[in-house]
Amino acid sequence: MENKLTRNLYMVPYALWIALFVIAPIILVLYYSFFDIEGNFSLINYQNFFTPVYLKMTLSSFWYAFLITLFSLLVAYPTAYLLTKTKHKQLWLLLIIVPSWINLLLKAYAFLGIFGTYGVTNNFLEAVGIGTQQILFTDFSFIFVSVYIFIPFMILPIFNALNELNPTLIDAANDLGASRWTTFRRVIFPLTLDGVKAGCQVVFIPALSLFMLTRLIAGNRVITLGTAIEQHFLVTQDWGMGSTIAVFLIIIMFLFMTITGTRKRGI
Amino acid sequence: MYNFEGFTLDWYRELFQDTRLLIIVLNTLVIALLSALISTIIGVLGALSIYQVKKRRAKNTILSLNNVLIVSPDVIIGASFLILFTMAGIRLGFYSVLLSHIAFSIPIVVLMVLPKLMEMSPTLIDAARDLGASRWNVLTKVILPFITPGIFAGFFMALTYSLDDFAVTFFVTGNGFSTLSVEIYSLARRGISLNINALSTLLFLFTILLVVIYYFITQRNKAQVGGIRK
Repeated sequence: MENKLTRNLYMVPYALWIALFVIAPIILVLYYSFFDIEGNFSLINYQNFFTPVYLKMTLSSFWYAFLITLFSLLVAYPTAYLLTKTKHKQLWLLLIIVPSWINLLLKAYAFLGIFGTYGVTNNFLEAVGIGTQQILFTDFSFIFVSVYIFIPFMILPIFNALNELNPTLIDAANDLGASRWTTFRRVIFPLTLDGVKAGCQVVFIPALSLFMLTRLIAGNRVITLGTAIEQHFLVTQDWGMGSTIAVFLIIIMFLFMTITGTRKRGI
Repeated sequence: MYNFEGFTLDWYRELFQDTRLLIIVLNTLVIALLSALISTIIGVLGALSIYQVKKRRAKNTILSLNNVLIVSPDVIIGASFLILFTMAGIRLGFYSVLLSHIAFSIPIVVLMVLPKLMEMSPTLIDAARDLGASRWNVLTKVILPFITPGIFAGFFMALTYSLDDFAVTFFVTGNGFSTLSVEIYSLARRGISLNINALSTLLFLFTILLVVIYYFITQRNKAQVGGIRK
């Protein structure tokens, strides 16, 4: 027994990590969601969540996340498709991935300069004759920057799916007289759907919980679920309400992951 | 910023004279290195533990628990860690940031090391045991050398994750302690200043350096594996 005990001693740190930093935090968030701001046990937070204020916020958060996912997909799919056609595809892929290694803050900060009142974009608009526009702190800038940040995460899974696609299938479709559009709609897209789903997963959930961009780029106009959590935890100190939103975010996450769950089928 | 007159290194000079900022840079580096080191150790132990688990269901359960912190949004990780540290009575500051960075880096290390362990042929271990190696010898002479590339990859991933992190740190850093991301955030909220531009350039170069090192490690990996198979 003693021998077996010492033999399994090396499992202790990892098991401790799972218990303390994976399981305990989730339970604590759940626990805190049942307390109101004075520390009394109640279900008031859940009641509050279903008032129009929070429901509207949740809906608008969903709407923005949906738009961000949609635009990223619209940009990423053709890009990934073109990438698989290029000669040095790994190099191109690396070049597209590099921005995702750079600190998110720096990218957001760069856009502050680009979109600012005296920034590059406005200089250009001025030169063309349109005149200076308010670009920063609008919905447009928020969605643009978010899409820019999420595109690499969308391209990667789609690229992998397209890259694994068996080219003989496309040849077969062409042989059987399918037009290019039919080939795409009936052969290429269904076979790369798993990549698209994986891409949507890694974009949609983080897009729901963005909070730094909403402050820097959208100037507090856009309130996502993430912003609301941050607001409740760090500004109003209403941890109960923050935890409740977090619980809902976790539930949404699990629902979304089961809906878009990738089942590996043998192709 | 908007009236371009010429090139100058003034902003870099100003950057290096700002001791407060330099201390923050040092903090960030210390946190990144320490958290990467500790999470690599725990992550390798974790990968070894998962490797030992033979039951399929138990293994899948542990793996999904492992992935929880990778898939959950940063805001939730940050908020739940904030509750955890407050409940545990850990003062927010250096240690809370270090602990949370270790915590969210461990699953990445595990995911980097585990495939290496899986691709190792179990006959290697049997052969070593046959030849009279103790368990300790099997670990240090057979298993660890084989998974070294995975360990290095995990270490570098943990390093970049820690350097990159903003959201989690933002929650668990109290007053008085700050890392670069958090500092840039608070500076950027006040508007554009050319200090940050200089700092961004340096950070950018540092990241590129890390990427290049990581790239070479993975390249060497491939070469090594190829070499063994030939």
